[in-house]
Amino acid sequence: MTSTPRKQIILAAYVGGVNEHTAWEHPDAGSQIAFSTFRHVAQTAERGRFDYFFLAEGLALRARDGRIFDHDIAGRPDTLPVLAALAAVTEHIGLVGTLNATFNEPYELARQIASLDHLSGGRAGWNVVTSFDAFTGANFRRGGFLPHADRYVRAEETVATIRELWDAWAQDAIVADKASGQFLREADAGAFAHHGSQFDTEGRFTVPRSPQGRPVIVQAGVSPQGRDFAASTADAIFSPYSTLAEGQAFYADIKERAARFGRGPDEIKILPSAGFVLGDTHAEAEEKARHIKEQQLSDKTIRVTFEQVWNRDLSGFDLDGPVPGIDPDPEAPTFIQGRAFIFQDRFQTVRSWRELADERGLTFRGLAHAVAREANYVGTPAQVADQLDAFVQQDGADGVVIGSHVVPSGIDEFVDRVVPLLQERGSLRTEYSGTTLRDNLGLPVPVRAAADAELAGACA
Amino acid sequence: MTSNRLRIGVALEGAGWHPAAWREPSARPQDLFTPQYWVDLVRTAEAGLVDFVTIEDSLALQSSEFLSPDDRTDEVRGRLDAVLIASRVAPVTSRIGLIPTATVTHTEPFHLSKAIATLDFTSEGRAGWQVKVSGRPDEAAHVGRRAYPEVDGPDDPAFGALVTELFDEAADAVEVVRRLWDSWEDDAEIRDAATDRFLDADKVHQIDFEGRFFSVRGPSITPRSPQGQPVVAALAHAAVPYLLAARQADLVFTTPADADHARTILNEVRAAEITAARNGEPLQVYADLVVLLDAPGGRPEDGGDGGERAVDRLARLDALGRPLASDARIVAGSAAEVADIVAELHALGYTGVRLRPGVVTDDLPRIADQLIPALQQRGLLPDDADTAETLRGLLGLPDAAPSRYAATTTAAATA
Repeated sequence: MTSTPRKQIILAAYVGGVNEHTAWEHPDAGSQIAFSTFRHVAQTAERGRFDYFFLAEGLALRARDGRIFDHDIAGRPDTLPVLAALAAVTEHIGLVGTLNATFNEPYELARQIASLDHLSGGRAGWNVVTSFDAFTGANFRRGGFLPHADRYVRAEETVATIRELWDAWAQDAIVADKASGQFLREADAGAFAHHGSQFDTEGRFTVPRSPQGRPVIVQAGVSPQGRDFAASTADAIFSPYSTLAEGQAFYADIKERAARFGRGPDEIKILPSAGFVLGDTHAEAEEKARHIKEQQLSDKTIRVTFEQVWNRDLSGFDLDGPVPGIDPDPEAPTFIQGRAFIFQDRFQTVRSWRELADERGLTFRGLAHAVAREANYVGTPAQVADQLDAFVQQDGADGVVIGSHVVPSGIDEFVDRVVPLLQERGSLRTEYSGTTLRDNLGLPVPVRAAADAELAGACA
Repeated sequence: MTSNRLRIGVALEGAGWHPAAWREPSARPQDLFTPQYWVDLVRTAEAGLVDFVTIEDSLALQSSEFLSPDDRTDEVRGRLDAVLIASRVAPVTSRIGLIPTATVTHTEPFHLSKAIATLDFTSEGRAGWQVKVSGRPDEAAHVGRRAYPEVDGPDDPAFGALVTELFDEAADAVEVVRRLWDSWEDDAEIRDAATDRFLDADKVHQIDFEGRFFSVRGPSITPRSPQGQPVVAALAHAAVPYLLAARQADLVFTTPADADHARTILNEVRAAEITAARNGEPLQVYADLVVLLDAPGGRPEDGGDGGERAVDRLARLDALGRPLASDARIVAGSAAEVADIVAELHALGYTGVRLRPGVVTDDLPRIADQLIPALQQRGLLPDDADTAETLRGLLGLPDAAPSRYAATTTAAATA
């Protein structure tokens, strides 16, 4: 009697770079920039048979009130160079980096990502992000030129153009016949032309078709436009939902949208980020989690979190006093710069916070604790394995992206204590079976679009 | 061995600098886009005590035409991004300098700056960058942000005007990259729990560059790297590029055709330094040479057991397709003959040579196994590996000064 293999949990390990969660005061805290940090996380994750290693990106340092924000960890490597270096010290794990579609040109991104794919034997992936702000734009020749509403238009056409470039070389374009002297099969190898509203480019692409054909594309997107963009083009999508019900709803929605674009449910993977805290008992894990949260919620962090939403200087308000009665001031110059703004509507957010504070009698500081992001998986290794496995088996997601507040060694414990339990129950590979990131994720190899075929998408 | 000993660089380009190199038995044309090929080449150079490798790159395919693509099918076409090749080999090498070529025209200096700084981190202080300026209209069309005027070739006056402007732009781009490398002071990261500060915000600086072509605010997102200022190189054949090198580079690669030309070039470079009002270290001047070396075994007339002579190999390769033509002097001969030329250049005042192997899979091992020992025997190179830990150290360049912005911190504090 045959049995259906258990749904495999996709695992990704990330080094978040700049954030307010990494505990730099922790005795085990390592460098944010030394290569040894990235090597440690990538090699540990590979030991744990993770699908990929992931890097975030930010193209401007965080600022508060026009001054560099000195509290959070800061200092990033450049995404692709560090991934290329990691390709030298790993063999199977995917290498996914965040690259901005607004402040890069498609021709350059296409050749760089394709080069990483060649240099890693087919393990490259790209997390597509957009931005539109003049603050980041001041670091670039083009400046902060893109109106908010247009960022998806540019991002869609960027991805479409890059895919055309990745397809520009035929699989068998290189003959390399020493005897006959024929290196190229066709004299116009790599020829391409893209004339759209955002990009007007043509010529010959310089990088032959890479091992994956098309490197893996990852996106985040919550708005309807974002969800459609991801469902139509992404191989993996970040989910913001960690509870089972919300996760299942998002999952079903994305897979349905993908079907409308002619894609099967296995062609797109859905992954939320997740934090974990392990203990020998549940109580011990909870206590650790409480302690970590205390460390993370320093006065400066609390203030900055609220200041970003209020868009005001809140240093005059006592954190142990009530929630300030003033309204957000969206018209004022942006007070906190360089931090992703994750709230949909600042007035609504403040309203719901006030309600919560009133309900529970919370001080300003108490509110910060109540709304702070918490680790999703807190417990013994067995409890964490059970919870994660159940989440995935019940289609809350296809896996998780995990990081740790301790960089780089925080992930070790997950690999040492949780991974074996997932492997025992058959939810996680014990060995890699393929060689590329697409193999790891179970994604099909894309068929190369004919050079003269028009691709679907917003290219008008 | 003094700090102005001879330096040796090797320029890596596909299967080699001869258009037919890929057809040789030793060549690996099917491996040109694999990591192992590049690891093998760089490790061979490193084991041979080569000081640095450069890696060619461009925003367009290789071409037999000066300013446009061609339609040849009998030569290597296609490259991987050079900064990423260098990044891929960094963790598996330990001594050799890594100097990828990256174009400044059309690209963002902010991205270049962090890319090279990151290479410096992953290589633990062995990073450099060869600045390339692109005058090719097809490269402009690849990026699609500007169009070049039509020019009829290098002698068209419109070309000269374009080149001058492109090199002015390049000087600004390198200025931005260097300022961004300094935007974090070495000790900006303080991890001070008492004041809850990861950074000393006073030690991270905007660069506030405003130029004719663009403005960049900064700071970089990447901290000051091990070398502080990675090594900057440029290839130059004429006054305008010499001036760029004099304004912004540490190394200049030149192409003397013979000893007289070599003297002339040195004078031109020194004149450019004066025009540029260059401060600090003088430019290190390198002579590029395309080299093909006799096969091991020695010449029959010298009692050896044969092995193809380089001049014969060159003639054979030239007959296969497009003959080798180069901006650099082509030298085909024995290790002793090549060593003579290198020694003469060094005696004239050249810091070193950048060798362009005709067939990299044959000539790079011969550079390592024959040429370098020949230079060691003449006392021009040390017998043992240099103990310097950074590329700057290996090249005899002083450690980078503290960030240029560090002075302002002190000034402010004492004001």
